[in-house]
Amino acid sequence: MEGKEPKIIAFCCHYCAFTAADLAGTMRQQYPTNIHIVRLPCTGKVHVNMLLQAFVDQADGVIVAGCEIGSCHFLEGNTRARKRVALAKQKLEEAGVDPEKLDMYYIPASEGQLFAKTAHEFTERIKRLNENKKEQPGITNSK
Amino acid sequence: MDKNKTSSDSHLEQVLYSGEFTLTGELGPPKSADKNDIIEKAKSLKGYVDASNITDNQTAIARMSSIASGVISLEQGLEPVIQITTRDRNRLAIQSDVLGAAALGIKNILCLSGDHQSFGNHPTAKNVFDIDSIQLINMLYKMREEQQFECGDMIRNGKKGPVVEPKIFIGAAANPFAEPLDFRVMRLEKKIRAGADFIQTQVIYDMDRFKQWMEEVKQKDLHKKVYILAGITPLKSARMAKYMKDNVSGISFTGDIIERMEKAEDQKAEGIQIALEQIEEIKSMEGVHGVHLMAIGGEKSVPDIVEKAGLMPRPSVKEMKT
Amino acid sequence: MIVAEQKPFEQIFNSVKNYENIMVLGCGTCVTVCMAGGEHEVGVLTKQLILAAKQNNVNLNVEELTITRQCDKEFFDENTTNKIKEADAVLSLGCGVGVQYIVELFPDMIVKPGVNTKFLGANISQGLWSERCGGCGECVLDEYEGICPVARCAKSLMNGPCGGSSNGMCEVDPENIECAGQLIYDRFKRLNKLETLLEFKPAKNWSLSRDGGPRRVAREEMMFDDE
Repeated sequence: MEGKEPKIIAFCCHYCAFTAADLAGTMRQQYPTNIHIVRLPCTGKVHVNMLLQAFVDQADGVIVAGCEIGSCHFLEGNTRARKRVALAKQKLEEAGVDPEKLDMYYIPASEGQLFAKTAHEFTERIKRLNENKKEQPGITNSK
Repeated sequence: MDKNKTSSDSHLEQVLYSGEFTLTGELGPPKSADKNDIIEKAKSLKGYVDASNITDNQTAIARMSSIASGVISLEQGLEPVIQITTRDRNRLAIQSDVLGAAALGIKNILCLSGDHQSFGNHPTAKNVFDIDSIQLINMLYKMREEQQFECGDMIRNGKKGPVVEPKIFIGAAANPFAEPLDFRVMRLEKKIRAGADFIQTQVIYDMDRFKQWMEEVKQKDLHKKVYILAGITPLKSARMAKYMKDNVSGISFTGDIIERMEKAEDQKAEGIQIALEQIEEIKSMEGVHGVHLMAIGGEKSVPDIVEKAGLMPRPSVKEMKT
Repeated sequence: MIVAEQKPFEQIFNSVKNYENIMVLGCGTCVTVCMAGGEHEVGVLTKQLILAAKQNNVNLNVEELTITRQCDKEFFDENTTNKIKEADAVLSLGCGVGVQYIVELFPDMIVKPGVNTKFLGANISQGLWSERCGGCGECVLDEYEGICPVARCAKSLMNGPCGGSSNGMCEVDPENIECAGQLIYDRFKRLNKLETLLEFKPAKNWSLSRDGGPRRVAREEMMFDDE
């Protein structure tokens, strides 16, 4: 992993996080190029299956980014996503994958800077986790 | 039941029939094969109560069998009331046990559904509940009065064998405090219709509710169809009272009992004092035929209470047969 | 419907990790509705198995498929049959019936259960299911006006509630189990027929329940002559 940028998938909702990402670009805010944004109509579209699929397809980290709690364009999409992210973290942990590699963020449309900052910090987190990769051995084999 | 005659050779029935204020106690079998435990407890109760319940794996904790303990008690001259729950045995096992118990000289059986196994020390056990407590009452009634097993077969060993039915004095429990409150007297009536001869109530810490229940019982003349023994357990401490209030379903407390316990310098003595006052009150109640004194783990305190309640000496209706 | 719940992942993983080609087979009927073994759960579990295999350096190829019903021959079509036959083991997310039915159809196949089959129940609210029927073989709901004492009372008491009922709840689990006796009482009261609760209900005939041995229903008129 040395020198290699981690591959990070960011599932962003159209109304807030994606707009913030767009704004970050317009504002010429730098954020890591290894972040691959998948635009969703709402984080309420996120399901556990799709989050795990990202990891199966070699993602090093996954972000779900939606509106702030209380300002979801579809009212409750982000609170539902929050529960699914929690479940997906549990599923990852059971499978021996560090659940820290998945997280949810709430980024208002006007916060281009916050998006860039989040992208930086999460990339750093994933790099750190990958470096410590002598990682937990996963499920202990006992049969 | 017909209160104008007796239906068994039970000493307990004789005492109730005679109209004496009757006393039953409670004896918990040990969690071991220690026969002496029963002998000691039986000795301390003998002569102070007219009969003593022997619990059947109480609170779903495995203990010495109630019938075996009952026989040991009988040997000590203390008439047992065997408790049978429908939790652990099906109709086959229960009828077989009843025949065996009768052959060993047991005359009284109290019919219960039993605490759910989740409360005991084998919570992963499978329960039985082939029949419920009211069906059990009816089964014993049918055995005694119709000389038939539950299936309808006659209780005889082959076509030419003698019919020897178990002549059991049939007991049941009643809980005036459990919910739904309005159903409690109906449930008593169901038990009487099914064939119960005597009733022991849940412990009373709410005398108002008990009186109200008795009023409903008397309105329906049920007290003339069954003997009622009021359940009394002396409180040991205010903590015990609070625990029961908060954690045991079907027990209710009226106003000042817990307060009295808390204020008392000697809580144990206060518990006994409250019990004595309750017994005094119950003695004068129409339709209540006696007291079922459950001194939880305190069989030794019974003589003291019985003496202080002025209930000595106990009647000897006739020499007890063993 | 039949309500089931996924087994702990570790147990599932340990049961299949020694087979190279695993087929995770979902069922589109009851377990889909109770969200324990439908297409989505199959997808999640498949991905979890792939990730766990990688983490544990186990060589595991996992295929996923969900069919309409695992308890009916007609849904095991050619494609399904071929996929099952290519696997070393099938991990069925169907109920206990599905697992056994696959074993019957594919006698040489190893089939492992991925769910614990719980009960016959109803969906009470989103994410909550509760038992309603004990499958006793001789329905008594007519006698109890639609509330079953066999399935809903912890002691299956047929003649009314025991002393363990308070605030309408059962002492076995006062948070979650309603007292069936109380429910029956309330229902009879509402229907103005409380006095009928005085009727003695005799011992139930359990021979029609599982106590009589595994049961079957045979319908002559439905059968094909050549079967």
